[in-house]
Amino acid sequence: MTKDVVLDHVSIRFGGYTAVENAHLTIRGGEFFSFLGPSGCGKTTLLRCISGFVQPSAGRVLIGGEDMRNVGPNKRPTALIFQNLALFPLLTVAENIAFPLEVRRVGRKQRRKRADELLEMIALPGTGDKKVHELSGGQKQRVAIARALAAEPDILLLDEPLSALDLKLRQHMRTELRAIQQRVGLTFIYITHDQGEALTMSDQVAVMNAGVIEQIDNPETIYNRPRTPFVASFVGESNAIHGVVLSQTGRLATLDTPLGPLTGQAAGGRTYLPKERCTLFVRPEQLFIADTPPEVNTIKAKRVNEEFEGSIRTLYLQAGGEALRLYHMNAAVSAALASGDGAVTVSFKPEQATILPDDPALSG
Amino acid sequence: MNRGVGGGLFAFSYTLLFFLFLFGPLIIMVITAFNSSAFPRVVPWECFTTDWFGLLIRNERLMTGLWTSLAIGIAVVAIAVPFGLAGALALADIGPRLRAGLYAVLITPILIPGVVLGISTIVFWSFVGRKLGAGYDTVFYNGLFLTLLGQVAFIASYAMLILSARLQRFDPTLTEAALDLGATPGQAFRKILLPFLKPALGSAAFITFLASFENYNTTVFTILSGNTFTTALASKVRHGTDPSLSALAVIIIAVTLIGAMVQEAHHRRRDLLRGGRPERSRLYANPLTRLLTHPAAILLILVGCTGAIIWQASHHDAQACRADILSEKQRVQERLLQEQQQRMQQRQTQTPAAPTAPSNNPSPFGGAFNPGSLAPK
Repeated sequence: MTKDVVLDHVSIRFGGYTAVENAHLTIRGGEFFSFLGPSGCGKTTLLRCISGFVQPSAGRVLIGGEDMRNVGPNKRPTALIFQNLALFPLLTVAENIAFPLEVRRVGRKQRRKRADELLEMIALPGTGDKKVHELSGGQKQRVAIARALAAEPDILLLDEPLSALDLKLRQHMRTELRAIQQRVGLTFIYITHDQGEALTMSDQVAVMNAGVIEQIDNPETIYNRPRTPFVASFVGESNAIHGVVLSQTGRLATLDTPLGPLTGQAAGGRTYLPKERCTLFVRPEQLFIADTPPEVNTIKAKRVNEEFEGSIRTLYLQAGGEALRLYHMNAAVSAALASGDGAVTVSFKPEQATILPDDPALSG
Repeated sequence: MNRGVGGGLFAFSYTLLFFLFLFGPLIIMVITAFNSSAFPRVVPWECFTTDWFGLLIRNERLMTGLWTSLAIGIAVVAIAVPFGLAGALALADIGPRLRAGLYAVLITPILIPGVVLGISTIVFWSFVGRKLGAGYDTVFYNGLFLTLLGQVAFIASYAMLILSARLQRFDPTLTEAALDLGATPGQAFRKILLPFLKPALGSAAFITFLASFENYNTTVFTILSGNTFTTALASKVRHGTDPSLSALAVIIIAVTLIGAMVQEAHHRRRDLLRGGRPERSRLYANPLTRLLTHPAAILLILVGCTGAIIWQASHHDAQACRADILSEKQRVQERLLQEQQQRMQQRQTQTPAAPTAPSNNPSPFGGAFNPGSLAPK
């Protein structure tokens, strides 16, 4: 039953404006696939293109091997969960859920039965006769999912469905969505600007920027091995340190930076020439306070400020004219933290930092 | 109202004047409908009568006009509301640059004077008729047909305005959601958009019917030799007025009042039910009052009361009273006549010797035309 979705060199233009540029990817059946990007990067347009509301200006959309050109939204095996949910305000909850069956002329009794089953599944039994406006935000969310599932799609498309919910509910719905996806075994294509959502739920993540897909990988690779400066800075927090290449041995390259020579991993097995302008990205949690002098990557820094956030403490450091951030686990004990003059030595493991070229034409 | 600046008395009298201005004419009109005086007036009060209602109903011109108006009104609703809906949908879907232009085109008929619409409707369709070689018995010279077209031309814009206002609050993603869930465009329209527009469709139908029913300045041209209620009424007023028009006003007021009350009951009931706590209301606790406040029950009660009043009134006979008034008038007249005669006789006795005129001649012409005066003395 599962169908692959293939975007075959899809570009979408509105007049002179290019919303999506040459998107080329395959989403395998049964996968939880996320498009992650800032607002206005074209990810919603891409989703509307898959569901059939927008036609590609160039390229093809294939679902289950079939070209979807000239196939209307109501004929595609997709169901879209809109950002505002688009529940029908004049219908009851059960009528909303049974709407896909009603338009297929399924009998009234059977519709009601199926609606009750789905309400059971989303843990809202007995709410079938309520009006939509009587439900809370999270309940509406689940009703929208049930309604989409009632259409028995092969692919469920979700357009930032959690953005209207408060933090607690959002975190709860993340787990819930993932659980529903694993239970029903459908392909989920999920759109979000929230990296937390994309990283926790997805099998694959495509990071988009200004209409271009910058990287498609599993969440861990996206986080640990960003392929472009945009991905490195957009996904998670990063300290970016600019410099020029001194040397490269194997996969490890050393940069000459204002903070001194720093060694990191060259992204994507790339080979850099000496003097090439590059940026080293290192995550705040990968920086650590070195109580004994480290072998490589010694950064002499000065503590400027700090924030206590419960499990971690954020240290704001100043080193060689660059501002750095460091997450320090409060469980870890450090003698350097206790010292009063604010001078600390920090370091990071070369394999955990990523070096990317500054020239965007060379990235990717 | 601010009592601190002593606005109490002023505000009160202003409110009083305001309501007098609003309802004074109506109250006077209603009273005149039941006064037997042949000219609509309140004083002098002659007799309570319901004859004017009978006279109104027996006026064939008005009654055929009424049926014509109703038929045209219904036909106008049937055409103008779908036209208005189409216009409103087009306005909602069209791009922003074309929208202003289309809006101007659709709204123009309202801005054109009705007289111009009326005349141009006749001129245009008779031109079409002539070009097609159609005779005077064809549809192009049919007053009903022309009136229908003339009225729809601008009334559809009213419907469009009402529907557009509602449509602006429609979330277009609802239609997209319906399509996405497998509905055909037709199903999405019928099951999602139309139910949303239902209240606006109701008011559009109501407004278009009223606009058609009360229209005069277009209809008076397009109806040609025929008559609608308004044109019949206008020509009747031109030939002089009598209280049967007041009777008509009474009927219209009664129908409006009943409609308004039923509508209000419907609204209150709906709000109560929508509030989700009907059981809190005392009206709903008691099954009898609950039944009595149902709009249908209120309609039944009001129609029943009106029916009873009409039945009662139709058996009221003002004949005796009228005869009294008549004989009273005759008595007054006779008395006046007698008084005059007495005065004249008195004058005769006071001036016995009129030198030139014959003594028994009251004529101002000195009895020149009295055949008796020709006789030799």
